[in-house]
Amino acid sequence: MNDWLDPLLLSRWQFGLTTIYHFLFVPLTIGLALTVALFQTAWVRTGHAKYLQITKFFGRIFLINFAMGVVTGIVQEFQFGMNWSDYSRFVGDVFGAPLALEGLLAFFLEATFIGLWIFGWDRLPKRLHLATIWVTALASILSAYFIIAANSFMQNPVGYQINEVKGRAELTDIWALLTNKVALAAFPHTIFACFMVSAALIVCAAAWHLSRNQHFDTMRPALKFGLWMMVIAGTLTFLSGDQLGLAMVETQPMKMAAAEALYNTSTGANASFSIFTLGTPDGVSELFSIRIPYLLSFLSTHTFDGTVEGINDLQAQYTQLYGPGDYTPTIWVTYWAFRYMIAFGVLAVMTAVGGLWFTRKGRMPKKRWIWKVAIWSMPLPLAAMIVGWVFTEMGRQPWIVFSLLKTQDAVSPNTTGLEVLISLIAFTLVYGTLAVVEFRLIKKAIQKGPEQAPTPDAETGEVKHEATVY
Amino acid sequence: MDLPTLWFGLLAFFFIGYFVLDGFDFGVGMSIPFLGRDARGPNDTDRRVLINTIGPIWDLNETWVIVAGAAMFAAFPEWYATLFSGFYLVFLVILLALILRGVSFEYRHQRPEIAWKRRFDRMIVVGSAVPAFLWGLVFANVVRGVPLDAGFNYTGTVFDLFSPYAVLGGLTTLLLFFTHGVVFVSLKTDGPIRERARQLASRSGMLTILVAAVFLVWTTVSFGSVWSGILSAVAAVTLIAGWLANQRKAEGWSFTFLAATIAFAVLSLFLSLVPDVMPATNDPANSLTIANASSSGYTLTLMSWVALVFVPLILAYQGFTYWVFRKRVSRASITGAPEPSGPAVAGNRVGA
Repeated sequence: MNDWLDPLLLSRWQFGLTTIYHFLFVPLTIGLALTVALFQTAWVRTGHAKYLQITKFFGRIFLINFAMGVVTGIVQEFQFGMNWSDYSRFVGDVFGAPLALEGLLAFFLEATFIGLWIFGWDRLPKRLHLATIWVTALASILSAYFIIAANSFMQNPVGYQINEVKGRAELTDIWALLTNKVALAAFPHTIFACFMVSAALIVCAAAWHLSRNQHFDTMRPALKFGLWMMVIAGTLTFLSGDQLGLAMVETQPMKMAAAEALYNTSTGANASFSIFTLGTPDGVSELFSIRIPYLLSFLSTHTFDGTVEGINDLQAQYTQLYGPGDYTPTIWVTYWAFRYMIAFGVLAVMTAVGGLWFTRKGRMPKKRWIWKVAIWSMPLPLAAMIVGWVFTEMGRQPWIVFSLLKTQDAVSPNTTGLEVLISLIAFTLVYGTLAVVEFRLIKKAIQKGPEQAPTPDAETGEVKHEATVY
Repeated sequence: MDLPTLWFGLLAFFFIGYFVLDGFDFGVGMSIPFLGRDARGPNDTDRRVLINTIGPIWDLNETWVIVAGAAMFAAFPEWYATLFSGFYLVFLVILLALILRGVSFEYRHQRPEIAWKRRFDRMIVVGSAVPAFLWGLVFANVVRGVPLDAGFNYTGTVFDLFSPYAVLGGLTTLLLFFTHGVVFVSLKTDGPIRERARQLASRSGMLTILVAAVFLVWTTVSFGSVWSGILSAVAAVTLIAGWLANQRKAEGWSFTFLAATIAFAVLSLFLSLVPDVMPATNDPANSLTIANASSSGYTLTLMSWVALVFVPLILAYQGFTYWVFRKRVSRASITGAPEPSGPAVAGNRVGA
């Protein structure tokens, strides 16, 4: 069989591509649903028309994005069976449960109440209508919990036993699965990162209008909101990321060693964190690096004299435990993905802090470059999120379920390379085209700006909403 | 009844939910070229009427397939793995169709140009017709059985899935969903489109009865049991009753009878499988059964409690949504004009 028709390789590319693509839309859904809910609450409580305008403005962007999240999500579920049938057979008893819970408890709520929100403006009482967007927002966050619990089982399997007869993992404790220490840290880390992504979009949209001296009454509060959301969510992302790092060192030390490309076990000052490294092409030895002593020790153990296990020692350990084989992830991917994640995240927060400074006490910066930075920093948190997931998933290799099942043993045995090549090309074409359409529509919706709010009735003060029709 | 059997039933329930609900969505989508036009050609207002009948609900209807798939993954991992990997290309096409259809609902109204709208109209039609056909094909193949090796992996090719029986199964769901969707249009709209939908349902209903009858008889004779045969007969009776109700302009009854037809037909297919979930045609020893494909007792018990608590809740709030959007959609409600008082209803005001 030709190398490029290897179903394993193609399936991995397809899963990576479709998952990253799906996750371009998920953070905006999660973050914007909450944003819209907060602004609509502000409107219901204060009656200020500007809050209604902001609600509808970001609501429109939220909806353009939402459909993509839904339809690309179906692919995610189906391709476990399509491309990874041996994985599905092995973990279905464990892994299927959180997926089913996600559908029954979260997706149904989300899909039902989003419809009520979109089309319910003129049909539901004001407060009930407000409740529908809150239910949507909370359901989207709840769905994230279940899928992260499922993913965390792949990182750190808990709450299961191996059934030797059936040759599969079986769930023994759902509570252990849902309170997996990796899930408890990864969930807030992911959610706050989602808020960063939508904060960046809000800042971008507001800056675009403010830099053109328009829509001050709506876009100034939006800008302030976006900047604060970025700073707060960013801080919380770092704090939860730190906790996730500790959990990772405890459960998957190889991943932390791979993040730092640390080949030899090191203690204290030697457990340094390199900001930048030039190495030999094989990645095994370095030519030049900038290092901060003690930092890796601190990140891994929260002490300055901690010991961090190196790749070579772990490789030897794993060979003893799991038999001969290569247990090292692709180091250059994990090393750089980890650094880019941090760098993009830090840059995004620093930009927001700068923005708060430039707009302090109601100032509006005159310099063009400040607005340009605000607009063009939009992709930063999204990029951080993507490389963060690449790090998490690539750092787990060669395992698909850590210590239980290798990725190479998980792929569908009967699916041919040609079939996977066809699907990979089809997804690439369709997703690529839709990405262009999606980007243009969101850009257009942003540039169109908020629309005039309907005027309240002179006598009752009630706002009469127009019916939403497609 | 043991837990795997209970979950076999629950899985039938989730797929019935999906086919009853998203089925008529598919039907509404497919009806665009037939109902979204008048003597002068395509009518954008009527097309918007059609899309708005399912606007608030298509998403929750489609979510049933996610839940059905996840339930299959959780309760019958072997079945899920065999089915989805074996029918790889068929599921790929279903996925692509669902993607294009889903985004089209949202994209269509984003720009006013007619060419833009036509493009997404076409995608809605194709994106509805393709899964409507392929889901029938998939289930017909499950009932008929496929060659499986000792590891339960499908050993045939994609071409083997297009046997006459399976294609007939696909045509049956295609026609059934089409007619159900058109009856839904007559139930949910007002004005000329309502009457046109009723007439179309009358014609497509006859064809549906014909094709479905052949498929159900074939299923019963070749693969059925006594119970699946009885349910097939009930499905045939409700199908004819649905057609008759449509002739008598009882739209609500017609819709209900056709929903019952889909439910009984799916139940009949599931019952004809028992005790298998996916029979192997080459060697009965390789068949996936309710017993050997299912999850452990712990997982099934857990999922049973979750289903027991949440399914009634889900049905309640989904029912609430249908109740909120119970009003008929008409040209007037699309264009924002006052209730029609004469022929001078505003023309095609385009744009969202």
